Amino acid sequence: MSLLRTENMTMRFGGVVAVSDLNVHLDKNEIIGLIGPNGAGKTTAFNMISGVYKPTVGKIILGKEEVQGGQTVTVEKDITGMKPSAITKLGIARTFQNIRLFKELSVLENVVIANHLRLESNWVSSVVRTPDYTKKETAMYDKSMALLEKVGLAELKDEKSYSLPYGMQRRLEIARALATKPHILLLDEPAAGMNPQESDELMRFIGKIRDEFDLSILMIEHHMQLVMGICERIYVLDYGITIAEGNPYEIQNNPKVIEAYLGVDD
Amino acid sequence: MLTAIAIVIIGVLLFLANMFMDNYQLRILNLSGIYIILSLSMILINGFLGLFSLGHAGFMAIGAYTVALLTTPPMAKQMNYYLDPIVPWLAETEWSFLPAILLGGVLAAIAGFLIGAPVLRLRDDYLAIATLGFAEIIRIVFTNLQSVTNGSLGLKGLPEIEIEIPLPLIGFTLNLSACIWIAAIITILFMVRLVNGSYGKAFKAIREDEIAAEAMGINVFKHKLLAFVIASFFAGVGGAFLGNIMGTVDPLMFRFLLTYNIVLIVVFGGIGSLTGGVLAAIVITAAMELLRFLDSSFDMGPIAVSGIPGLRMVVFSLLLMFIIIFKPRGIMGVREFSWQWLIELPQSIKNSSFGRKKLRKDVSK
Ligand SMILES: Nc1ncnc2c1ncn2[C@@H]1O[C@H](COP(=O)(O)OP(=O)(O)OP(=O)(O)O)[C@@H](O)[C@H]1O
Ligand SMILES: [Mg+2]
Repeated sequence: MSLLRTENMTMRFGGVVAVSDLNVHLDKNEIIGLIGPNGAGKTTAFNMISGVYKPTVGKIILGKEEVQGGQTVTVEKDITGMKPSAITKLGIARTFQNIRLFKELSVLENVVIANHLRLESNWVSSVVRTPDYTKKETAMYDKSMALLEKVGLAELKDEKSYSLPYGMQRRLEIARALATKPHILLLDEPAAGMNPQESDELMRFIGKIRDEFDLSILMIEHHMQLVMGICERIYVLDYGITIAEGNPYEIQNNPKVIEAYLGVDD
Repeated sequence: MLTAIAIVIIGVLLFLANMFMDNYQLRILNLSGIYIILSLSMILINGFLGLFSLGHAGFMAIGAYTVALLTTPPMAKQMNYYLDPIVPWLAETEWSFLPAILLGGVLAAIAGFLIGAPVLRLRDDYLAIATLGFAEIIRIVFTNLQSVTNGSLGLKGLPEIEIEIPLPLIGFTLNLSACIWIAAIITILFMVRLVNGSYGKAFKAIREDEIAAEAMGINVFKHKLLAFVIASFFAGVGGAFLGNIMGTVDPLMFRFLLTYNIVLIVVFGGIGSLTGGVLAAIVITAAMELLRFLDSSFDMGPIAVSGIPGLRMVVFSLLLMFIIIFKPRGIMGVREFSWQWLIELPQSIKNSSFGRKKLRKDVSK
């Protein structure tokens, strides 16, 4: 059973079919790649899964492991068309192709905010500062600091997030997504704008967080070395259509993929 | 702790002010307190959520009328309503002030919920238009509900707010100034805590980037609505006090100009700063009153200027434009006062280039 599955997920914008009948599945602890030329519909697919767009056609199914009577079973839930905040609460977090940090806020605040959704106190207790609320708030800060330590941003905690170098901003965006306590992480071009050394580092980092946070990761990436090096399976989109699916070796040798990328005419 | 001490000191100062100030000065002081409540209420929405709401006059009207109608003694009401008799269910009410003020806030909050719920789902630009329209609708409704609000005649001879604190042995009564400033201080503490808490962080996240905030699991609509309802409550309370210190409420008081005054304060103070809001509320209110002479005739040396009504607003509008051009983030921007900052102030002045320059000058002499 997969943790995440799309069934014929389709998105039309007026006459443009951005994504057509996409069927992906993500199993536990997998790292899956979603690649394709510019405008292939990759980000649109993410936007549907994360609730920014409601698919024109198709379904998105979230599987969740639950322990029932001593046995682990997967419970399925249709999350098609749910609000992004509700989907994040269910355990799908994402990053954005064009980094979307809370620019004017500090590095630490960016991460603390991502804890808000798991805060089980109402606003009145936050104003009154009940002991229970204060305890939870302290825990939020502690957890956020621990997370920043883990991703190597602890020393920059008081910097405004926009002032970080580009690579650090990407890392902070991932940290912020992790703070929502996801089971599934969607990364939209995490290596964009990075030099080879930085993207090497990123590759190791993604592997590390997968193990440490028990994640399953779906990743959009143009950087082929990264994708081929880390993904177990890859889906290739072109003009919204899935033209190939397979392991890195199969994808690299698939004539359709080569054609799509090199733009060979017949 | 420091905050508690500061509140006690402010309390003592206000107490002394109350004893030694003349009526005119006291009025400025009271107005400042009221505008603190109003500007913080607006900063919450316009500053911390980054929305643009222009409906304050409407919420204030609700608060002002609620208190006026519920607390004016039946006799005084009878004298007011000579065109149309007052509806029977309001004729005999004579509430004490505290519940009336709170109800004024709650009714304003309910109004805030009723416009916020549909409008906050839409794109942000609609909020300005919808709230502006709402305030005008409230005004027109109040003008036409003759037998409830006394229409355009308004309500005159309102009894001044005072709240009895019925403690055993040391029971005492808080006068209008005390009530206003206690309300202002409660508002400040409330807003500071709200804004610094987890919900306040979520508000700021929404201001920074709505899509990212939603992706972080923050229900943007719910949080906007929450802040909007809270702000409406405080606008209602502020309006209740404002109507009361004027001694009269009528629909003309609650024109857009009233909202504009608050916008002016908020922009002057720095739209994302509570500290700026408080400072600006005091400075602008005092300036507004002190510059009142602009509206009447005055002598400028040998030239006698005949009064131009509205000149004051012209001056203030120019001021607003200057601020927007030269200091677009107000005097405080998003910076806030903190005790930490105050304690480190002497050190930072010493280290600032300003201090050094001065030193160098001294040396060269
Ligand atoms: N909101 C929208 N309205 C209309 N068309 C859109 C919208 N979002 C995306 N599209 C169109 O859908 C197609 C797919 O866009 P998408 O952003 O998903 O591509 P992508 O694969 O992420 O490309 P890139 O590699 O450049 O990021 C494009 O033709 C784009 O113009
Ligand atoms: Mg994209």
